[in-house]
Amino acid sequence: MSGTEGLLSKEAPVTFHGEPGGGLAVAFWATLKRDLVLLLRRRSEVMNPLVFFAIVITLFPIGISPDPQLLAAIAPGLLWVAALLAALLSLDSLFRADYDDGSLEQLLLTPQPLAVLALAKVAVHWLLTGLPLALMAPLLGVMLALPAGSYGVLAVSLALGSASLSLIGAIGAALTVGLCRGGVLLSLLVLPLYIPVLIFGAGAVQAAIFGDGVMAHLAILGALLAIALILAPLAIAASLRISING
Amino acid sequence: MSLRLQAQSLACERDDRWLFRGLDLDIRAGEIVRVEGPNGSGKTTLLKILSGQLADYEGELYWDERPMRQARDSFLSNLLYLGHAPGVKAALTPLENLTWYQAMAGQPQDEASRYAALEDVGLAGFEDLPAGQLSAGQQRRVALARLVLTPRPLWVLDEPFTAIDRDGVAALEQRLVGHARRGGCVLVTTHHELTPCAELRRIRLGGGGLDVGN
Repeated sequence: MSGTEGLLSKEAPVTFHGEPGGGLAVAFWATLKRDLVLLLRRRSEVMNPLVFFAIVITLFPIGISPDPQLLAAIAPGLLWVAALLAALLSLDSLFRADYDDGSLEQLLLTPQPLAVLALAKVAVHWLLTGLPLALMAPLLGVMLALPAGSYGVLAVSLALGSASLSLIGAIGAALTVGLCRGGVLLSLLVLPLYIPVLIFGAGAVQAAIFGDGVMAHLAILGALLAIALILAPLAIAASLRISING
Repeated sequence: MSLRLQAQSLACERDDRWLFRGLDLDIRAGEIVRVEGPNGSGKTTLLKILSGQLADYEGELYWDERPMRQARDSFLSNLLYLGHAPGVKAALTPLENLTWYQAMAGQPQDEASRYAALEDVGLAGFEDLPAGQLSAGQQRRVALARLVLTPRPLWVLDEPFTAIDRDGVAALEQRLVGHARRGGCVLVTTHHELTPCAELRRIRLGGGGLDVGN
């Protein structure tokens, strides 16, 4: 305990800090780790989008037709739309708990750049929603008789695309966090921005089925992700400030 | 550099009603400033404005004799704000909660100081229970442990005495006075009557008008 004595001593005068020093990496990892631990302790919230994804994909062959040819034709679109909606489902809670218990205002009051800390929260969302969806998709693809050779592309396109979806969606989640029922508004705000990701994501899988080059589609998905990575954290930070102001 | 927070003709309007108008403040090191007023008189709003959370106000704020907009980074690295909501995660243990706050404050990770801070606020033995299982007062104490853990000169505390027991209130009051005597500065709202002391100053809000007295 001797190391803490100076800190706790009632006599030590308070110190005035100049401009904030480093510590950004520490703050980033601490936020990442805290949110991972929090979500892993509330597993039902993590499982929700995955179960939704599995159920939707299971119902389609039953509802449409078990004909493999028909299913294979619509499989890329179905898988992508279902994964997109599953990711959207979990977005509303991204900042909600933090807003309710007051840790969001603490996050805004740290001397660290808010955009970077928000990026840590989005990274956790992707790790526990987007990535598992991408890993699950090939399994569910079997049910839709997805032709061999497109499974890898499906997983890669979803992994890349869902990262963009998390980033874009977080802007909407940040804008609606101050509202009691932001769910519908969030979907309206975010879905138009999801369309390019959906087109090129499903397009990549389609191209793999027809044996065309998939690299062009994946490259565009990568480019969308790069743009989102640069711009979305700034937009999320600005949106959070607006929400907390209201 | 010095510890000085100033406000010039601060005014804030909510729902076509002036919460306060023409409020001039000069808060220096070694002071405890208590913001008083009935419910709904704008105490929390004033604290949020003074801690740089709300931008929807008129007037000017200065930190260290520089306009707040330019001095924001320096201001935030000297500020410790405890809001109405304690900012404690129910699913995390008190120790894990403090780990995050320590990292946010840009301090090196040091488990011994986290244990010491929790012991200091009377939570020894509760370090590893999920905070959700603690009582409201104990959760508030987890938040108050930050006063010990992450030393900052300017404390802005919104109703810090809520749900705290009598002994805890006395200890916290002493902590506030001690902080002011060591050259720190405390800005606090509370309905609890603080023991008069040389450091204490009052600001009264309410009824649109206000008077600033000693």
